[in-house]
Amino acid sequence: MHIIENGNVAAALGVKLCRAAVIAAYPITPQTPVTERLSEYVEAGEMKAEYIHVESEHSALAVCIAASSTGARTFTATSSNGLLYMHEQVQWAAGARLPIVMCVVNRAISAPWNVWNDQQDSISQRDTGWIQMYCADHQQIIDSVIKAYWLAEKASIPIMVCYDGYILSHTYMPFDVPDQERVDAFLPPFQPDYALNPKEPANLNTVTLPDVRMDVKGELAHGYMEIRYLLHEDLRKTLAVAADAEKRYAEIFGRGGDPYLESYRCDDADYVAVGLGSITYQLRVSVDALRKEGINVGVMGVRFYRPFPDAAIAKALKGKKGVIVFEKALSYGYEGALASDLKSALYEHLAGTGHLPLVQNFIAGIGGREIRTDDLTHNFRAATRSRIAKEPVWIGLKL
Amino acid sequence: MGTRNYRRKTSHSEHGPGDGGRTGSWRVERPVIDQSLCIPCKRNKEACFICWLFCPDVVISRTIPPKIDLEYCKGCGICAEECPTKAITMVDEAKFSDEVKDKE
Amino acid sequence: MQAKTTILSLPTEEFVHPGTRACTGCGLAIAYRIGLKALGKDTMLIVPPSCLTVLQGLFPVASTKLPCLNVTFASTAAAATGILATLKTQGNQHTAVAAWAGDGGTSDIGLQALSGAAERGDNFIYFCYDNEGYMNTGVQRSGTTPIGAITANTPFKGKLQQKKDVPAIMAAHNLSYVAACSAAYPLDLHDKIIKCKDMPGTKYFHIHIPCPPGWGYDPRYGIKIGRLAVETGYYDLYEIVNGEFKLTAASEKLVEKRKLVPVREYFRAQSRFKILTDELIADIQNQIDVKWAGYYKQDE
Repeated sequence: MHIIENGNVAAALGVKLCRAAVIAAYPITPQTPVTERLSEYVEAGEMKAEYIHVESEHSALAVCIAASSTGARTFTATSSNGLLYMHEQVQWAAGARLPIVMCVVNRAISAPWNVWNDQQDSISQRDTGWIQMYCADHQQIIDSVIKAYWLAEKASIPIMVCYDGYILSHTYMPFDVPDQERVDAFLPPFQPDYALNPKEPANLNTVTLPDVRMDVKGELAHGYMEIRYLLHEDLRKTLAVAADAEKRYAEIFGRGGDPYLESYRCDDADYVAVGLGSITYQLRVSVDALRKEGINVGVMGVRFYRPFPDAAIAKALKGKKGVIVFEKALSYGYEGALASDLKSALYEHLAGTGHLPLVQNFIAGIGGREIRTDDLTHNFRAATRSRIAKEPVWIGLKL
Repeated sequence: MGTRNYRRKTSHSEHGPGDGGRTGSWRVERPVIDQSLCIPCKRNKEACFICWLFCPDVVISRTIPPKIDLEYCKGCGICAEECPTKAITMVDEAKFSDEVKDKE
Repeated sequence: MQAKTTILSLPTEEFVHPGTRACTGCGLAIAYRIGLKALGKDTMLIVPPSCLTVLQGLFPVASTKLPCLNVTFASTAAAATGILATLKTQGNQHTAVAAWAGDGGTSDIGLQALSGAAERGDNFIYFCYDNEGYMNTGVQRSGTTPIGAITANTPFKGKLQQKKDVPAIMAAHNLSYVAACSAAYPLDLHDKIIKCKDMPGTKYFHIHIPCPPGWGYDPRYGIKIGRLAVETGYYDLYEIVNGEFKLTAASEKLVEKRKLVPVREYFRAQSRFKILTDELIADIQNQIDVKWAGYYKQDE
């Protein structure tokens, strides 16, 4: 069924279709309408879920962690400082191997206070062991939420579905809402390998020693390092599982493509712009304009930021003259997070092959500074002519 | 990959005694019960059991006579202090043979 | 009117194994052990970082025979809410949910989540075991550390502030049941748990826990010191049922007895109070006397 709605509603519809059973809600701009809409579904009886009005984001994820440990499919959403406040829990959920799905509606972080869009909030969580998916439009939002539940429950790893605050959350677009029967066919009920219960008691996530230790059956149990290693190993393995998810989704819903990258006019491009989320669609306008000028360019959206699809990215960019990374976040004290990871992937896979594309890093839209397409085009063009700088260049800065 | 062996991948503990090892080795004194003063022993029926009630470590059995699990008794002395007839005395561990200490 | 449990009628099933890492003479171990007898097998526990974390054991060995979720320090009550939500979705109305947190994890870092859960009316029992300090990390002061107590971070002057009255804070949430208990009176604790199990919403228990290393006494005197706290009228055993306050057990008997042990005896039994001046002790004695004059008056 095609509808015209905003990105937050797309997310809420996805959660509803996935039959999330426990929802924790705490308001923060611009995520609030997601959980507001879910409260309408629950109170109207359209959704059978326990809806918890928590008193903080830290508690929102605490509720999800406890509910998921006991065997329920859970959901919460947040942005910016809300995500930062729950950081301790974000780490916990990954280490506890819980398949929680959380929408992060990207918003700048503080200090100082800022309610507008950039991606620093979710990027700051990239090392936590969560899977991170970035959406470029509303269709991707609803589809990613559905894929996320399947993937999370397969891998026992939590997933952040990220989309740009205001630019996607509050704007209206047409998109297809899958029907319930097909979602049920794609996503079976949550069947955890273990759910906390009195009939089979266990003590979960207590102090775990640096070294291995004998358990009550006389068998050697992992130490902390093994448990953490297995999280990392399984996270890397989800790259393959994500491809399965994409394939299954295409079979059932007739929509799908490359699981990791969304490329536009990249095949014969000499220079490829790379980004996360809605900026990549804005860059398509620049690509078309520069192509008219005779410059062979393309743009590639990265859909999974963690685990990082290093092999796919290196393969896609092999032989290109240059890669221009446009991002709305950075690792302060060095450079853009995506640029760093991308350079590392190129080096890892292409060093010694005789050619490494040059990488130019642009930082744009921090704190919601308007990203003018003309500025994108201008800087993209300049980057194809020569390497502008080793340091990231901030577009639209008004010092 | 899946969720098989989820328990191997998480900190998932099952219950059993002696998490702290043989905590009896912590003792410097051990409780000794004089059955001639112990109320349930004297009456040969269920009575008192204050020592069983207050033992922090579940090492006193609710039996006639109460028995102390020396494998785990930490020698806190609460049973001796609370016994209404002073039937329990805390005795220097060194006075006993090395039968417990030799166990590894 | 529920019958009072005696030692002989107390259920014999144990839910804790011996050989835990709890300190010799740990007061929590007594309260926890008897408390679990009241809660029973069909219970899920939540525990934040605290002495109980250590008592419950290190991976992969657990000393408690009940299911338990370890959680972050600030989130105990929120986790209880989460477990309850799942039980509801599973149509399970019989499994009890019980959170056991220390005084630091309750009165300080855990207060926000506890207040939130209480306000939502989430149906679980929250136990604050109050050994009056962050004992697990080495005896640092918490909100419930009494005035004058020496701790690792109030080493020479002692705590300068009053003990935070957490039961009063929780009573202000209009709970169906609030109780003040002590490890020295485990049967009173047991019966209060049985009494409130079917009452609606969040039930709050505050349990006074003597702690040998933290309070500075020979472990054998743990129950005696816990008893002294009550017999001096310094720490009262009570319950607040739907807003109505009532002293219980030994505290209730003191109203009839009209004679309190001087609080000095309680302080002198513990080395953490060694810097208490006579003036401060007299002040505290006066506060106790005023409080009890009020109790005596209500009784008339």
